[in-house]
Amino acid sequence: MTATATLAKPEPATTGFDPEALRADFPALHQEIHGHPLTFLDNAASSQRPNAVIDEIARFDRNDYANIHRGVHELSQRATKAYEGARDKIRQYINARDRKEIIFVRGTTEAINLVASSFVRPSLNLGDEIALTTMEHHSNIVPWQMACRERGAVVRVAPINDRGELELEELEKLLTPRTKLLTLVHVSNALGTINPVKEIVAMAHERGIPVLLDGAQAIPHMRVDMQDLDCDFYAFSSHKMFGPTGVGVLYGKKELLEAMAPYQGGGDMISVVTFEKTFYAGLPAKFEAGTPNITGGVGLGAAIDYLEQLDWDGAVAHENELLRYGTERLSEIPEVRLIGTANRKASVLSFVVDGVHPHDIGTILDREGVAVRAGHHCAQPVMQRFSVPATTRASLAFYNTKEDVDALIRALRKTIEVFK
Amino acid sequence: MNEELRDLYQEVIIEHSKRPRNFHALAAPARSADGYNPLCGDTVKVYVEMDDDHKVADVSFEGSGCAISTASASVMTEIMKGKSADEAEALFNSFHELVTRGEASDDEIDALGKLAVFGGVSEFPTRVKCATLCWHTLRAAIAGEDAPITTE
Repeated sequence: MTATATLAKPEPATTGFDPEALRADFPALHQEIHGHPLTFLDNAASSQRPNAVIDEIARFDRNDYANIHRGVHELSQRATKAYEGARDKIRQYINARDRKEIIFVRGTTEAINLVASSFVRPSLNLGDEIALTTMEHHSNIVPWQMACRERGAVVRVAPINDRGELELEELEKLLTPRTKLLTLVHVSNALGTINPVKEIVAMAHERGIPVLLDGAQAIPHMRVDMQDLDCDFYAFSSHKMFGPTGVGVLYGKKELLEAMAPYQGGGDMISVVTFEKTFYAGLPAKFEAGTPNITGGVGLGAAIDYLEQLDWDGAVAHENELLRYGTERLSEIPEVRLIGTANRKASVLSFVVDGVHPHDIGTILDREGVAVRAGHHCAQPVMQRFSVPATTRASLAFYNTKEDVDALIRALRKTIEVFK
Repeated sequence: MNEELRDLYQEVIIEHSKRPRNFHALAAPARSADGYNPLCGDTVKVYVEMDDDHKVADVSFEGSGCAISTASASVMTEIMKGKSADEAEALFNSFHELVTRGEASDDEIDALGKLAVFGGVSEFPTRVKCATLCWHTLRAAIAGEDAPITTE
């Protein structure tokens, strides 16, 4: 290689990822709680929203709001354009093939229930099985229990190891000709484990088994690509990816969605209604009965605009460094035991402290300005697996910093002191 | 630690949470009831044995919970022995006022005795259920109710 060539192709500059600059975009982060600067570490429950989302929601509501579809007036057309524009943004963001594959729902929970009702239940028979894992959120357990109870089918559960990683060989054994669906979490909310979902999808597809991925906790931490993952369904919520609450997405492969019966009946999901017969609308309207959360959809679109311009390589590297640092600092405290130490993890620190209940930790941390979650995180089977009643969970986002981790550690040491 | 926290986690509460009194099961003919807080997964089972005069002959508890819920159950079982069902009900009402409103009359404070250490809970609305779960469960045990008590 010549010097000229080197000059012609300079090394890319080190990533300019600057969490401090990003923090300026999130107004809620800049406040005092009980006399301390807020340290917000409850992102896995719901993340904060950037000004871009807050402002777009206000702008839309002030100027463009009306009911969508079929309105001939200007406002309805503007609202329809914004709402359907959000669908296009989502399609592009998750690299789905077709905008018809993007179904607006209330959130991940409704997305899973939709698949349970319209895809699985009609063909679920006595002795059939639904495969899932020990690390599922209740929202990816209960809908399947309900469907199975009604149809005489069985929920089969793949175990996890002591680090909180899925035991793939055991999962593979569960995949049989009786398995109607494999449904699992992409990233565990309680443990932070990142499952090797692409490999798992391929494993299931080899056996002709469709796969639903619960992506609620994955999508705030990484880019996801539907065509690359090749999953049949993918569910996620707006409010965990810096958008508003009350809206989420079910991605589904078009040929599957087309073959499915509607989820709910009502307005917007029909083409012709008479008392003798109703003809359903095509995708995606078939699954979107009733007036949707219009402003929510527009807000999610704004969140995606924000995430599209994020330096994702920088964000992922930053979160990995926070995870490494947080794990190291927590490990220095002898009373602390981390729950969830998978090799591939998102920036979630779930832990128990000898002699101090998570609820008490949560209260004392709050008085130090540190917001964490204490409880079972809607994943009681995970708590049972690790024989703990509950954990304290600090869940980070790209806007968190090492100072946030330091504040957590300081407050935690104070808490332990109280109970000494 | 700030003042409100010190009020919440008084020495007595920390001490009872670490070494709960009457922390065991009671054999039949004692009655029991189960309490459950679905928000945090805390569980408590309260046992009570009533004598012929319908007074609490013995009372105990088992379960797992935070410092507030464990200490609350521990102090409750200490104070409840020898109380009639009516007295238990009156104490429950005074205790409930104390932890929800932070207020109690002088007479109530007298009657509450050691239970008065839970006055700091009123500054922490999210923790009221921790303090009252065992009391709801005790009421159910005295009344002989079968369905588990939940805070939600």
